[in-house]
Amino acid sequence: MWLLYLPLAIPALAAAAARPLAAWLEPKPAAWLLTITAVALAMCSSVALALLAAYAAARVPVLATLGDYSQRIVRRADPISLPAGFFAGIALIAALVAVAVLFSNRARALAASYRRAARLHDDHGVVVVSGPGIEAYALPGRPGRIVVSCELLDRLGANGRVALIAHEQAHLSGRHHLFVAAARLAAAANPMLIPLARAVEYTVERWADEHAAHVTGDRGLVAETIGQVALLASARPARLPSMSLGAAGSTSRRLSLALAGPVPRRVAALLTAQPRRRVAVFAVCLVLVAVAGVAALDTAGNLHALLEVAQAGQ
Amino acid sequence: MHEPGAAEWQGSPPGAVRRAAGSLEAEILGILRSATKPLSPGEVREQITAGQSGDLSYSTVVTIVSRLHDKGLLTRQRSGRGFIYTAVDEASVAAGRMSSALGSGVDHGAVLSRFVSGLSGRDARLLRRLLAEARDSAEQD
Repeated sequence: MWLLYLPLAIPALAAAAARPLAAWLEPKPAAWLLTITAVALAMCSSVALALLAAYAAARVPVLATLGDYSQRIVRRADPISLPAGFFAGIALIAALVAVAVLFSNRARALAASYRRAARLHDDHGVVVVSGPGIEAYALPGRPGRIVVSCELLDRLGANGRVALIAHEQAHLSGRHHLFVAAARLAAAANPMLIPLARAVEYTVERWADEHAAHVTGDRGLVAETIGQVALLASARPARLPSMSLGAAGSTSRRLSLALAGPVPRRVAALLTAQPRRRVAVFAVCLVLVAVAGVAALDTAGNLHALLEVAQAGQ
Repeated sequence: MHEPGAAEWQGSPPGAVRRAAGSLEAEILGILRSATKPLSPGEVREQITAGQSGDLSYSTVVTIVSRLHDKGLLTRQRSGRGFIYTAVDEASVAAGRMSSALGSGVDHGAVLSRFVSGLSGRDARLLRRLLAEARDSAEQD
């Protein structure tokens, strides 16, 4: 019966592994792997919750009469306490509600984005807006648009602009918003998967960064552009990087990156060698997901068998 | 402050009111766009009355001007006890709409892929150091 708790425990493991995986793996396969893992684990844990609740519900006398099975047999076999089943039921309902709410929000946001994108006048997919501020984003649509503020374009060199546009183009052509949405939905169903959703957001950024590096042929340029834009966009008055440079402090770089936000990690990743494909890591992840799935299915089979026995014993 | 009040419009059919308000909005916006300096509602009213629109009440002008301000079409600054208004330039209205169209009640961060997310102070320091190191090693090559 402990098997039933496995689909609930594996997400914790996946959550702990998500950030290192996002850092080690090649971004594109990592985005796929993490998204699929998140969705599969969310489904498994929801099934597990449903089964826990179902085991408890099977002991309710009214249902036994309706389903025409022996309550005595179910009670004797049933390893799950009523409170556990009750809480599982509550958790399942909460998960379903959270997923439904998030799904409708996302769908509305996406529809708004499509409408917006259709109304924008663009030049080869790029819309330049003259509003104040440093802003650049990709707006999904058919076709999607890249919106860049005039001020930002002015501050970037020709190469930096190419890197910026290539990055946003990768988001649109790779439909990265769908990866992020799927992972966030999974995290809504099971909050233990939130680190996985964050890792997916990070890997799609890395994916777009690597695409920009491929287009420009210069990883350093992309790193420089991301850093420059991030510093411009953050409200703090930016000192010139060369002026803030001290020889001291660079020893702690590894340590501080471990706690850093996504932007410095993206820049650091671009400044080091391109990540390699790691088949073994993929295999381990997929095995974990498979274990969660098998555990959920096995328990479902057990419940079914138990109810059949109980029906025969009626 | 001056919300569009139903009381002002009582007695006329709603459709007619909306049309009238719409064309008045456009006219007032036009006046403010062609103005060389920020105008108070009183000055706006004088310019309308100088045209053919006839006798508009001061409060109607204030209502419309503050509605335009709510829509993001005008900026205002305090002047004495009231406000004076300036028309926002049209391109930045478009840019503002772009974010507000997605922003009203919808999780727009959800669908937009921003080039960079926000930086904490710590991240900014780390980032400067990373970039400086990269430049240094590029110079040494």
